[in-house]
Amino acid sequence: MTKKMYDTPMLDQLESGPWPSFVTGLKRLAKDNDMMVDLMGQLETSYQTRKGYWKGGTVGVFGYGGGVIPRFSELKDDQGKPIYPAAAEFHTLRIQPPAGMHYNTEILRKLCDLWEKHGSGLIALHGQSGDIMFQGVSTANVQPAFDELNEMGFDMGGAGPALRTSMSCVGAARCEMSNFDEAKALRTIINDNIDDMHRPALPYKFKFKFSGCGNDCVNAIQRSDMAVIGTWRDSIRVNEALAKDYMAKHGMEKLVNDVISRCPTKALSLKNTANVSRADGISSVAVTDTQSLQIDNHNCVRCMHCLNVMPGALLPGTDKGVSILVGGKSVLKIGATMGTMVVPFMKLESDEDFEALATLSRSIIDFFAENALEHERTGEMIDRIGLVNFLEGVGIDIDANMVLEPRSNPYVRTDGWDEEVEKAAEHKRKIAG
Amino acid sequence: MAEMRSPIESGVPDPMPYMHPVMVKNYGKWAYHDHPKPGVLRHRAESGDEIWTVKAGTQRQMDVYTIRTLCDIADQFADGHVRFTARSNIEYMVADESKVEPLIKALNDHGFPIGGTANSVSMIAHTQGFLHCDIPGTDASGVVKALMDELYDEFIKCEMPNRVKMSTSCCEINCGGQADIAIIMQHTKPPKINHDLVANVCERPTVVARCPVAAIRPALVNGKPSLEVDEKKCVCCGACYPPCPPMQINDPEHSKIAIWVGGKNSNARSRPTFHKLVASGLPNNAPRWPEVAAVVKNILSVYKADAQPWERMADWIERIGWPRFFEKTGLPFTKYHIDDWRGSRSTLNASAHIRF
Repeated sequence: MTKKMYDTPMLDQLESGPWPSFVTGLKRLAKDNDMMVDLMGQLETSYQTRKGYWKGGTVGVFGYGGGVIPRFSELKDDQGKPIYPAAAEFHTLRIQPPAGMHYNTEILRKLCDLWEKHGSGLIALHGQSGDIMFQGVSTANVQPAFDELNEMGFDMGGAGPALRTSMSCVGAARCEMSNFDEAKALRTIINDNIDDMHRPALPYKFKFKFSGCGNDCVNAIQRSDMAVIGTWRDSIRVNEALAKDYMAKHGMEKLVNDVISRCPTKALSLKNTANVSRADGISSVAVTDTQSLQIDNHNCVRCMHCLNVMPGALLPGTDKGVSILVGGKSVLKIGATMGTMVVPFMKLESDEDFEALATLSRSIIDFFAENALEHERTGEMIDRIGLVNFLEGVGIDIDANMVLEPRSNPYVRTDGWDEEVEKAAEHKRKIAG
Repeated sequence: MAEMRSPIESGVPDPMPYMHPVMVKNYGKWAYHDHPKPGVLRHRAESGDEIWTVKAGTQRQMDVYTIRTLCDIADQFADGHVRFTARSNIEYMVADESKVEPLIKALNDHGFPIGGTANSVSMIAHTQGFLHCDIPGTDASGVVKALMDELYDEFIKCEMPNRVKMSTSCCEINCGGQADIAIIMQHTKPPKINHDLVANVCERPTVVARCPVAAIRPALVNGKPSLEVDEKKCVCCGACYPPCPPMQINDPEHSKIAIWVGGKNSNARSRPTFHKLVASGLPNNAPRWPEVAAVVKNILSVYKADAQPWERMADWIERIGWPRFFEKTGLPFTKYHIDDWRGSRSTLNASAHIRF
């Protein structure tokens, strides 16, 4: 037996138009679900008054300290009773999706059945941190819903001052730009540190994101405290047949204007094939019978532009790995900060490589846990203590790739100069292997 | 009390059991892709195997009936495997090219737009808004629905100079994230404090510590411990509101909507950039926010007409300069556009470079 629907003149206006309407979806659920009837009542009120009416609280599942987003309605009558009682509790379960957000229909249908049984029937695919958000469940149903999800192989995501649910791009599953196994890296790092997700005890949130190349399709650099971004050390691979296909389709004008002149470091040039340089780090691909695209790989910054414009004709090299950037975050409190380079390159192929990444991740989380102030993100901590203190604390060697330019002021005490010069020489020897 | 079930701490599920078998077989061994038409991608592996992807827009907040419809389409017209993108588009993968057109037809017949690939305006990354957030200044799903109705053609046609990523956020915390065009609530008045509730609801030192400009201090108001705000210092960011709901920052009239442009997370060509403020003061006009849509569509049409191929919003503005951006879009440049936050002098024109 379902409650009568409220009039929702404002929301009704969001049913027209060509884009799929969430309001139509809510109404369909409300046909046999009192919670959604009342949810629509509250949402319509918000549209009318332009105010939100949810407050947080404490709701969780046994054994975990986070992952449920509690929501209690604040729309109450004179007696303090909820005006929309069936939606007075409308919590969200954050559940971690399979890395790369792959599903088959069998598992999606099971998730739907489960949420129809225990919750409102509304699922967001996905939240901004990458969670499957099962939206709308009463306090009493949180535990049984989670138990069933957990038995199906799904685990709670992150909320509060904790390690957060992570995201990786489609990467190796379907992209020729991929430089590492993004899903394996994500699962290795997150599952290694899962205790920090389920029992929030960090100064504030900590996010990892994994992008297979500099195109950074999951926005690791701006949205994660530790961004793992694919790159390569050797030369761009070339495919002459595909390069000539590109020319046949687009012509010399496009090659010059869209590819060569857009290279940010002028690492691309057009050469008569007879004049192509044989110097170290130069690769080339014939684009016509007499002309070649020449690539100065030592000056290429792996920005991905030319690979994007000429897919398949230009590909990442074979000596692949990752760069690691630390400190990306949004506005609060000091303003948005971009992740900055702390590890220019590390291999990520063997089990030992993945272990090394896991060890580094753990020491960065540990340093954050011990040194950040309450409600301070990694980027803010680095802003406060300086990058060098962070690097020394975590044990990362100084590298010139960490800066755009050296300091332009003399306000620094340099009486350790000779020791630092020795460290720099040691770092150089280490990189040379 | 019955014994509680301990959770199985299984972490992130392995995607392999859910992944299309052609993608499993060629994992890490892809060689090429092209874009046969809007919303369709073809990838070829080193093995010669090919897979076609059909991308469709969704409403993100989906009822189970919608998800089941998407599953029915996957079972009937595709190979039973799907994935979702970071911007809530659904992708169907099929190993056989002949399945592409029937799949597109089935999705279109059920009201799902095909597009969002390459140089399109993609689905807007968004937040929870009135539906589920505890601090929203406006709605999220509704703003996105209203805007995507307006931008529908740009989603399905892919005719922009380069891809356009958009986001919306219901407060200045900006959970929607950086974007080529970001639509973000901007409060314009200091919080109104409910002094009766502060002592019971808020941990006052925490609230004081949250303020980025040190405008909040403890105070006794009507004999009760509360907080006061130095309204001359306050930048109306709303940071005090989440830890202390009696610091009411949302204001149906004075909380406005601002537009920011030129955010880019990709490293392609230029280094990644943050979006910049270009317009503000737009009304929070539910349910369709027409004033916001007008500004966004204007910026998009100027960008589309003026940018060169492969220039993202940030690349285009870098080439033509900000004065010309404001001139071409007709948006007023005001004192509020000049940054005065920390590090802001690096955003000033420290040169004699002027475009006439």
